[in-house]
Amino acid sequence: MSDTIVSLPDQSTARIPKDNFITRENGLLSWLLTSDHKRIAILYLISLSFFFFIGGALAGLIRLELLTPQSDLMATDTYNKVFTMHGVIMVFFFLVPSVPATLGNFLIPLMIGAKDLALPKVNLLSWYLYVAGGLLTLYTMATGGVDTGWTFTTPLSTHYVNTNVLTTGLAVFIAGFSSIFTGLNFIVTIHKMRAPGMTWFRLPLFVWAHYAASILMVLATPVVAIAIVLVALERTIGIGIFDPTKGGDPLLFQHLFWFYSHPAVYIMILPGMGVISEVISTFSRKRVFGYTAVAFSSVAIAVFGFFVWAHHMFIMGISSYAVLVFSLLTMLVAVPSAIKIFNWTFTLYKGSITFETPMLYAFGFMGLFTIGGMTGVFLGTSGTDIHLTETYFIVAHFHFVMVGGMLMAFLAGLHFWWPKITGRMYPEKISQMAAVVTFIGFNFTFFPQFILGTLGMPRRYAAYPPEFQVLNVFSTAGATILGVGYLLPVLYLVWSLKYGAIAGDNPWQATGLEWQTQSPPLTENFVKMPIMDHEAYDYEWLEQQTEQREKEVASAG
Amino acid sequence: MSETQEHAHHIVSPKVYVVIFFALLVGTATTVWASYVDLGIWNPIIALAIACTKATLVVLFFMHVKYATKLTKLTIFCGGFLFLTLIGMTLADYITRAWGQW
Amino acid sequence: MPDSPVISQSAAAVAHSASHDESAHPPYLRHHFESVEQQADATNFAMWLFLLTEVMFFGGLFTAYLIYRNWYYPAFVAASHQLSIPLGGLNTLLLITSSFTMAMGVWCAETRRKNGLVLCLSLTFILGLGFLGIKSIEYREKFEKHHVPSYHYSLNSFLNPDSDPAAKAAGDKPLPLDVARHTEVYFSLYFAMTGMHALHMIIGIAILGFMIFRARAGAYTSGHITFVENFGLYWHFVDIIWIFLFPLLYLISRH
Repeated sequence: MSDTIVSLPDQSTARIPKDNFITRENGLLSWLLTSDHKRIAILYLISLSFFFFIGGALAGLIRLELLTPQSDLMATDTYNKVFTMHGVIMVFFFLVPSVPATLGNFLIPLMIGAKDLALPKVNLLSWYLYVAGGLLTLYTMATGGVDTGWTFTTPLSTHYVNTNVLTTGLAVFIAGFSSIFTGLNFIVTIHKMRAPGMTWFRLPLFVWAHYAASILMVLATPVVAIAIVLVALERTIGIGIFDPTKGGDPLLFQHLFWFYSHPAVYIMILPGMGVISEVISTFSRKRVFGYTAVAFSSVAIAVFGFFVWAHHMFIMGISSYAVLVFSLLTMLVAVPSAIKIFNWTFTLYKGSITFETPMLYAFGFMGLFTIGGMTGVFLGTSGTDIHLTETYFIVAHFHFVMVGGMLMAFLAGLHFWWPKITGRMYPEKISQMAAVVTFIGFNFTFFPQFILGTLGMPRRYAAYPPEFQVLNVFSTAGATILGVGYLLPVLYLVWSLKYGAIAGDNPWQATGLEWQTQSPPLTENFVKMPIMDHEAYDYEWLEQQTEQREKEVASAG
Repeated sequence: MSETQEHAHHIVSPKVYVVIFFALLVGTATTVWASYVDLGIWNPIIALAIACTKATLVVLFFMHVKYATKLTKLTIFCGGFLFLTLIGMTLADYITRAWGQW
Repeated sequence: MPDSPVISQSAAAVAHSASHDESAHPPYLRHHFESVEQQADATNFAMWLFLLTEVMFFGGLFTAYLIYRNWYYPAFVAASHQLSIPLGGLNTLLLITSSFTMAMGVWCAETRRKNGLVLCLSLTFILGLGFLGIKSIEYREKFEKHHVPSYHYSLNSFLNPDSDPAAKAAGDKPLPLDVARHTEVYFSLYFAMTGMHALHMIIGIAILGFMIFRARAGAYTSGHITFVENFGLYWHFVDIIWIFLFPLLYLISRH
């Protein structure tokens, strides 16, 4: 392969710094009662990975069932429960918190030059709320699951099922508060705790992306909270706001639900886009093209994302005029996302590109997110949506953006900042292989689903017409490959904790304040509060720094 | 320099609070009285206008927003704007359902 | 003779406070903040963001209300006549007064008047309890008249207004059956909205109780007023919700 930009210290003499946030305190309680944002990020990483694999196992069950046209592996009721729990766990307990709660928590104070987030104890509370919600979801699974689909559509969820809607609703409600507190913390931190010289337009784009996502977390999540409360009231004491027999409108639930759940997809993708900005810049050794445009497009996605929710309801009975307006607005929201893709592409142009693992994932992101995003436009035009909605086209669309996009970005970020978090490098060759395996597996799994959707296979069905079987078998085969691709990182990342090369402060020669401190960082992040005196992604400044340091070492030695 | 502006430590005097308190009482009395008078379409408009005025007084003076930073004011504005978006766009669906197909 | 542990601990404490200039580093300044101003600023901003989430939370309820009031106006009018304006008005006065006493409490904290603060917080506490007391009287009346959705809900007051003193006093005409049925939606919203509001009041009153206890120990009158100030924001917000609930639920149309 081509050159690598990795620059490691001399492995025979290098050591992990003795005093770092991991070694500062010992014992389980020092982790469970910590207020250090870095430790909380690791707590999140462990619990998120746990829930990801549970959600993944459920996905495996779905794909196994869909190998054959009949509903023969499990009863259709059970199948309903499996895809519901898969959706609930993946959306609320993996995708929404993934990058913000792990990488965001770890890096934002480092990137802005602060000692911690503004509200460290609230940060810990966020994690406990997340775990509580997750445990409640596991309890739900153990006691019979819920089968309404992750969208809890009324009146099915209020009147026509006997499954654990209440406990799942409560779990999601609690997880929602976890999300709100994280977002709140980020907004306050970014506004109030930047180091001297760190103006808004010197911030890494990762921070801008998290700022935009945090606005969504804080403002949109409460609306789904009240929607869940109203469903709970209707199921328990019969307060029938959504009950047609009393004059209520079931569609009102969908308005309130999607008012959150559409911005939720931007909560999921924006942090991932922030990661991609950092990775593409580092591995093409170039300032992100059009910094201001990328920064503002993050905020634009957040703002426009609030105005389009009813495109999930085109066939549900809203007025034709609402369909028209929401369809037009949906076209608008695609523009800022496209701006980012163009800017990343122009960043690559005439850059010095190398193909380390994070960059492979970033390339995967750019291609797959573009496909997923474009198919979103097909769905946003109401005419085609009438044909494609509630089919596998939708399933393919959101898996392309969420898995092909978001999850790839998460893996890119995890690999990129792994040396910073742990002080050790992951093994490059096997991780590059895993990235390629993931990409291949992903395409085999989800591309056939676009075709299936266009041909008319409905989603959420355990049985389907026999002519769809070939494509389904392809999809399941791909899912197996994808599973291998996701399992490999768990194995080699854990391996690297003991056997990985010592990374040093800045193995990628990246800009950014987080790379100017040791790996793993001190508990208080910096020995002295840094002063930001250069622009973001300033590779000339970085060169000067490196030269200066080499001079100092030479003159000292 | 990050935004560590002087915490707006303008201490609002109790006199202001008393004036606002009485204004709120007057507003309450007015809105009750207005609901007994038939003003047709203006009834709900007047009721909401009085409620919004009362809320604004509470926000500006009891919650010190008149003396707060631009950031605080912007934050409140964003919240209010989104609140109106939620209500407005959802209501737009419901109201236009009755308009029929084109 | 080796130092006893007690002596070396206090030596450490002396060393700690000696290394911090008291005026610049009061004990309540958390170490991740650079200054008291930054801490107060950040926590104040955080409180406002939390209030924004509350605005959006109640926003869902207000959306539902406006939709159904638009759809079922006659039923909403008739149902709202079942609420007592004297009681609702009194509750509004209690809450507005409690907002006033809370604002005065913040002033007392800012000007380091400990006894004034305790008095204001206690008055706020009592007024809040008064509000809840009247609310429970109102709720009880709803139960007695079978106006609780799904719980032996009775349409009698709306089909036969003369049988109901409140409806008769308002001069209501009998409603057709399908219109009368929609009064149940009104009461669903009534209980959901006032119930959610009351829940927020209960939480506020509980925190007030804790604050009175701490205020008596002088916790808020030695320069660190953030807690009182931020709680005040919460309390005023709960008042604002009621400022909207009162006309929307009680004063739909009384003519």
